[in-house]
Amino acid sequence: MSNGAVLTLGPLRLLARWSLRTADHVGRFSFLIADMFRGLAEWRIWVPRTLEQATAVGYGSLFIVLLVAGFAGAVTSLQTGYQFTGTLPLYYAGAVISESMILELGPVLTALILAGRIGARYAAELGTMRVTEQIDALESLGRSPVSHLLLPRVVAGLMVIPALTMFANATGIVVGYLTAKGALGLTYGDFEYGARYFFRPLDLWYSLIKSYCFAAAITAIPCYLGFNTQQGAEGVGRATTTAVVSASVAILMLDALITKLLLVAK
Amino acid sequence: MIELLDVHKRFLENVVLDGVSLEVKDGETVALLGPSGVGKSVTLKMINGLLRPDSGDVIVDGLHVPTLGRKELAELRSKIGYVFQYGALFDSMSVAENIRLGITDETCYNDEKFCDNRVAECLRLVNLLPEVATKLPAELSGGMKKRVGIARAIAGKPKYLLYDEPTSGLDPVNADVIDGLIERLRDELGVTSVVVSHDVRGSFRVADRVALLWQAKIRAVGTAEEILASRDTAVQQFLERDLEMSLIQAEGNQDRHGA
Repeated sequence: MSNGAVLTLGPLRLLARWSLRTADHVGRFSFLIADMFRGLAEWRIWVPRTLEQATAVGYGSLFIVLLVAGFAGAVTSLQTGYQFTGTLPLYYAGAVISESMILELGPVLTALILAGRIGARYAAELGTMRVTEQIDALESLGRSPVSHLLLPRVVAGLMVIPALTMFANATGIVVGYLTAKGALGLTYGDFEYGARYFFRPLDLWYSLIKSYCFAAAITAIPCYLGFNTQQGAEGVGRATTTAVVSASVAILMLDALITKLLLVAK
Repeated sequence: MIELLDVHKRFLENVVLDGVSLEVKDGETVALLGPSGVGKSVTLKMINGLLRPDSGDVIVDGLHVPTLGRKELAELRSKIGYVFQYGALFDSMSVAENIRLGITDETCYNDEKFCDNRVAECLRLVNLLPEVATKLPAELSGGMKKRVGIARAIAGKPKYLLYDEPTSGLDPVNADVIDGLIERLRDELGVTSVVVSHDVRGSFRVADRVALLWQAKIRAVGTAEEILASRDTAVQQFLERDLEMSLIQAEGNQDRHGA
């Protein structure tokens, strides 16, 4: 074989290997999702555990979510003031701050933070359980790991993440208004006028739909990666990192896709 | 009865089991001996369907394990107690909750009083004090974790018990305690057991028959006396290595006591 053929075979082989691995992941992920739907029937098992998970994840994440949302609102407010002063009426700032928070910053920033917080937690917990044979133990006791471990985590995320997103939206808007009032001298009346003038009920639905989709990515991807962890402590570390990166990338891709489907297509 | 019929298993290029056949009769205890990494735990995981063979068959309680569906497998697993090498206790749950999970009958599992009594009974069977029930696995010693693992495995009153290296990582005194426990459970509960181990003396003590897994194949099966009398070089080599290890361990103990 000539050197040229060897050089072209390398990338091709890599591409083939990558394609096979991706197909393998897609297949196994799909089976896991199907298992979760089947597991919904065992509600006596997953409902109590879901409430425990939701409490742990919700309370634990509230502070950091509100903190980030508050700063996002404040910075949006300052930047709007910097761009608008002298060019546009100041009440526009009310519209920009509230719409930015509801449409983009609230859901996306919350999701990215939670991808790190919840995603890492789920992947590390399940990964550790896998390498210490706790998941095998559960299976060997005739119990389903899906209804004992996965469903409570995924459903808890689906309950808590949209709620946290709504809190983040509200916090961002309030802090944004307070910043605009202090830094730009914007009155409440002007802020409310601007916010109401451009607001449509669809915006809130859009924010909620986005947060549900993000919640699915933040919970299902890390659960899948943690559940399929291999090779000890190193594997747990790899699963955790991959979970956070994959969930974050999924959030950005879903963000673009949902925006195209719900806002641009109108 | 447990039967392995011409079982083959490989992980990528690594052939782990190459035509393994073994029969464990009802009420019998068989020890599966062999060096580390030879496929003993893989064999055990095939018996309760955690792994599937590439070819061959595994029959437990008259059921062909590799072909079982989800429900049938869960039903079969409720008849099999599995003691994991490192205990595999759920670290967020107390000892009592861990043992309770072993109660596989759903009606019994939801009956608080039954569960409390059963947990207490299982703790007694493995020589643990009732106070241990409220502790978390992290608060237990290695030997206690193993015993809690055994308690969880017997909580569902299984017909079969599978022990994966029950004495590994334990000092000789604790290993003796666990061996004694396996013997007692065999006599008191009358279960059919498979004990995976690389500890020759312990295996000879607890098992009715011993099988030596060597280079992916069953090299010898028989009673302790038959194995000791075997002229097979692999068997002799394995027994000699174990003897050397025992001598080194005994010398070490003597030195410590002498000091």
